[in-house]
Amino acid sequence: MGAGPRTIIDKVWDRHVVHRAEGEPDLLFIDLHLVHEVTSPQAFDGLRMAGRRVRHPELTVATADHNVPTTDVDKPVADPVSARQLEALAANCAEFGITCYPMGHANQGIVHIIGPELGLTQPGMTVVCGDSHTSTHGAFGALAFGIGTSEVEHVLATQTLPQLRPSTMAVTVEGDLPTGVTAKDIVLAVIGRVGTGGGIGHVIEYGGSAVRGLSMEGRMTVCNMSIEAGARAGLVAPDDVTFSYLEGRPHAPAGPLWDQALEDWRSLATDTGATFDRSVELDAAQLRPHVTWGTNPAQVVPIDGHVPDPASYDDPAARDAAARALLYMDLRPGTALRDVAVDTVFIGSCTNGRIEDLRAAAGVLAGRRVRHGLRALVVPGSHRVKAQAEAEGLDAVFVAAGFEWREPGCSMCLAMNPDKLAPGERCASTSNRNFEGRQGRGGRTHLVSPAVAAATAVAGHFAAPAELS
Amino acid sequence: MKPVTVVTGRAVPLDRSDVDTDQIIPSDWLKRVERTGFGAGLFAEWRDSRDFVLNEPQYAGASILVAGPNFGTGSSREHAVWALMDYGFEAVVSPRLADIFRNNCTKQGLLPVEVDPGLGRALLDAVTADPSLEITIDVVRGTVEAPAAGLAGTFPLDPFTRERLVNGWDDIGLSLRHEDAITAYEARRVPWMPVAPL
Repeated sequence: MGAGPRTIIDKVWDRHVVHRAEGEPDLLFIDLHLVHEVTSPQAFDGLRMAGRRVRHPELTVATADHNVPTTDVDKPVADPVSARQLEALAANCAEFGITCYPMGHANQGIVHIIGPELGLTQPGMTVVCGDSHTSTHGAFGALAFGIGTSEVEHVLATQTLPQLRPSTMAVTVEGDLPTGVTAKDIVLAVIGRVGTGGGIGHVIEYGGSAVRGLSMEGRMTVCNMSIEAGARAGLVAPDDVTFSYLEGRPHAPAGPLWDQALEDWRSLATDTGATFDRSVELDAAQLRPHVTWGTNPAQVVPIDGHVPDPASYDDPAARDAAARALLYMDLRPGTALRDVAVDTVFIGSCTNGRIEDLRAAAGVLAGRRVRHGLRALVVPGSHRVKAQAEAEGLDAVFVAAGFEWREPGCSMCLAMNPDKLAPGERCASTSNRNFEGRQGRGGRTHLVSPAVAAATAVAGHFAAPAELS
Repeated sequence: MKPVTVVTGRAVPLDRSDVDTDQIIPSDWLKRVERTGFGAGLFAEWRDSRDFVLNEPQYAGASILVAGPNFGTGSSREHAVWALMDYGFEAVVSPRLADIFRNNCTKQGLLPVEVDPGLGRALLDAVTADPSLEITIDVVRGTVEAPAAGLAGTFPLDPFTRERLVNGWDDIGLSLRHEDAITAYEARRVPWMPVAPL
């Protein structure tokens, strides 16, 4: 806060302080508020009851994503409760003057996919959304975090949020990633190391040559899952990779404003000598493709690993959690992950539903077939991603391999729409949470990268692309 | 929200770590557009099992949930807090609460009681051994006590949140006291920030 060296977290925080007083949280200005149908209806109701308006409708963008079906999108939504929620979003946005991209709109998609692709997410901003994966937008060097519905209402009414200053954590991944190791594997390894609660109270800055070497989409995958380590936000300092991704996007600055913005954005990086409250280092060269075996994302091993024995944990809580997870997942200690067969493969979500994810999966699937009897679906993260994939012919590769090519949405990541696992079904999923019942009641989720998901679909059991014949 | 200063009551021991918000309120329940009626969905999938702790008659009417570490991880759904409160809980005790869940608690007046891991363990054991054990949580003093079991400790609460809870203040109203500061900030925002088409 003083004149000394500051982290990017401090810099973005400090420039958004509207009001600061001893013994109070800082009141932060919010540059962009993303809204979706699930966590907003009660917030709009609150505004109505209090007779409040939306202070900055032009800093607010809404889309339908959690509930939307991924088939028959030209027909009425079959589930009446979902339909009512989708209608409520459209009606609330119309009433309060908010831009909304409903089902079928060319800009519609998962809220964390469309923000970046429209150029709405930019370095140095504060971005919030009633969704914990808002951390995705941190990939641009923005301070982006998920909020609850009361906070959604607060931002709608005031465009600010009272926030206690978080602790800071540096996660550094140095070295060259081995072939076949992706951004998803980096973040799964980080979560495995930090644990589900280790990041609580912290904002993470990801750095090191392996992170710098990632594309923007890879950085989004990493930042997306910060919350799975307990961190409300995670970010990467903006650099030329960031700027070239942004340039020319619909909402990116242009002309003289672009140059002005660029100069500012280049000043955001953490100063030499700035300190973090906690540091975690990983050696990129040691990383392997990762697969989760349990019911939280920290229960993860390299793909050539085995299901652990709960007795091997010293911590009683971790031991109990592992035993409970194995029971739910129907796995035995010592089983090689490669010997675990799956029923379903899901490629999509705000973690891995972008064009590079689809390219990676299609690259594995070209000329191959999904194992007989296995259900496989691809759900592009947005209409723009879908259109791009179709322009590149990726849809044809997926369909030829035996995948279903679907319409965009959150889909089987959280199973609020008809895309669900049946009880006992086992799924290799590119999403972000392997919680009990997350993909459908009784369903068993294993989190993997798009490349591993594709290879697993072909092999019928967990496999890396290099292992396919 | 309703002011809350002291919560006294019996407790339910939920002896599990990493109880995520998908367990607290499964996503099927998130399709509703109301703020009320979520109690029936609380731990909906676990409650289907007859031996789940919430189904045990000796814990009926308890107002405090005592859980393992990392309670409330996962999604930002405030529905988790609405479900716990609608069911009748007034406080959640855990050695570690997830950030967004904790924040959501303080907006609704559900007390987030983060205790030392040793005390958390002792409370779980004590409530399991004696379901009639009474626990008192004092917001002003920041204390949690179960005198009959000889247990006592403190929990952190920043002064601002404490004031809000004790007075039942509306957060939005508090922030709008700084209307002038917000307006001044708006005037000095950088010119390239994105603006949505209207």
